[in-house]
Amino acid sequence: MADGDGKTGLKDKIKETNEKLWGSQVVEAILRPGSPFKKGYSDSPRNRSYVVMNNVLYHLHPVKVKRHGVKLSYTLCLGGLSFFLFILLTITGIFLMFYYTPSAEAAYTDIQALSTNVAFGTLVRNLHRWGAHLMVLSVFLHMSRVFYHGAYKPPREFNWVIGVLLLFLTLFLSFSGYLLPWDQLALWAVTVGTNMAGFIPVVGGQVKFALLGSLEVSGATLLRFYVLHVLAFPFILVLFLAVHFWRVRKDGGISGPL
Amino acid sequence: MTEIPESLLRRSAEAKAKALGVPVEQVLAEMKGEGPPIEVPASDEGAVSPLSDEPSPGASAGQADAASADAADEQVEEAVSPRSEEQAEEAVSPRSEEQAEEAVSPRSEEQAEEAVPPAAVATIVEDEQPLAEVDGSGNDKLAAVVSPRPSVPPAGTPEGVRTARLLTVVKARAIQTVKAEPTDKVNTWPHLMLMEFGALLAITGLLVIMSVIIFSPLLDPANVNSTPNPSKAPWYFLGLQELLSYFDPQIAGVTVPTITGIIGFMMIPFVDKNPSTRPSDRKFAILLYSMFMVGAGTLTLIGVLFRGRGFNFTYPWKDGIFFDDLKDWVDFE
Repeated sequence: MADGDGKTGLKDKIKETNEKLWGSQVVEAILRPGSPFKKGYSDSPRNRSYVVMNNVLYHLHPVKVKRHGVKLSYTLCLGGLSFFLFILLTITGIFLMFYYTPSAEAAYTDIQALSTNVAFGTLVRNLHRWGAHLMVLSVFLHMSRVFYHGAYKPPREFNWVIGVLLLFLTLFLSFSGYLLPWDQLALWAVTVGTNMAGFIPVVGGQVKFALLGSLEVSGATLLRFYVLHVLAFPFILVLFLAVHFWRVRKDGGISGPL
Repeated sequence: MTEIPESLLRRSAEAKAKALGVPVEQVLAEMKGEGPPIEVPASDEGAVSPLSDEPSPGASAGQADAASADAADEQVEEAVSPRSEEQAEEAVSPRSEEQAEEAVSPRSEEQAEEAVPPAAVATIVEDEQPLAEVDGSGNDKLAAVVSPRPSVPPAGTPEGVRTARLLTVVKARAIQTVKAEPTDKVNTWPHLMLMEFGALLAITGLLVIMSVIIFSPLLDPANVNSTPNPSKAPWYFLGLQELLSYFDPQIAGVTVPTITGIIGFMMIPFVDKNPSTRPSDRKFAILLYSMFMVGAGTLTLIGVLFRGRGFNFTYPWKDGIFFDDLKDWVDFE
């Protein structure tokens, strides 16, 4: 469209570029049919279905959910929040890994350097730590919510069992991360915790030794806890998470109202 | 199209042959689409008026109309009520736009008409086309009954001879029986997902504010030779540590976690055989769990707040709080 002086208006130019961009083959290839970001998306029941169905989201959510499930007061989003916190912890954890060496000599100074020399280092470390505590809390509250709704009853028994495993994995993840700053708090908290493992009948000594990699908490323990924390536990957790989410969908979605 | 049983076809052909006065084989061949159309003997106009007391095309069309409306009704019901959750979702898949729309939206009269236009069905009856080509299993059966009948009463039929007769009544019914009742549902997008996004933003906001205000503790470097007093486990294990100060480690450190963790939690669905999910029906289960919650919470709180040097009992307002996790936030001591 032309202005009074014959020049194309900036607004029109932006609009034109926008249309060209969103109509381009690249964008078309990225977005699946029914994506709300696609050019010409219109809000219709059919497209609302497509948004979920033609999307990776379909693994997590059905096209439609029971109306009561949308009420915040029913689920409080606790399961979803636990998952989101896990993602947040993974992101902040990757950031922290860039600045951290899992050795008894370097670990503590690395944390100090992270807090003082690295941009946003303190913030990310705080996010990681409080996020972890919050995740333990939200997983526990999620379990309580499920219990009070009786949502573990058939056919959801097995998913409850997986959920309990996920709670333990969350605790182990948090606990293994506790040692990594290698300060007095970390060392002695883990000493107290691993001492409990030593009381297991028959195999207690072996379990404790396997965890510590030595007779006491040492540099070997630090390396073990580091590998468990950044690799082993998250890996197992993700596997169980996948089964957990899949079973939620297959066992009939979120449970019925009280 | 469903195969019409030979016996039915034969009976129908016999009736038609009798009425027209032609050999049965010829009629049968015509019905099967193998023979030429039967030449109806010519007769004078008005001998049998189309609107006589005999079943006329109009009447039969009306009949078919009612029947097809019934069938349409049935079919819409089938489309509306989800057979099962998964199937309902599949119904939304792009087989046909109209079908998807119907499967999602509640039942209405216009849609009943939209699904199978009764007028169209009636027309087809008059055209003597196999109805089954229209669609639907219900109509299929209906067609099997209706189609072998001549639409026009043959001229020259003696008075009182009924040319059309009812072979059988097949109630149009879905092949699958519908068991699930339709439930009140909303689209995940946008209703649920906006809610989730809101929750996500809220927790991120909370966490960022927390992280700006409260700093993670970093005490002195780890030193195996200097035990801090008290030394406490992370808060989620403090309940256990509290138990350790009362009981033998075999009980507090091993038996209790194993029983609560493995037996107490994982076995819950297999121990609790009560099928009801109503709180009033499961008072005992709720009581047990609440007791656990209160117990664990109390022990943890005691461990966090009321344990001082040597893990001895203290009052936080007297000696301060010995909880290093929050050390850098509030200087308790």
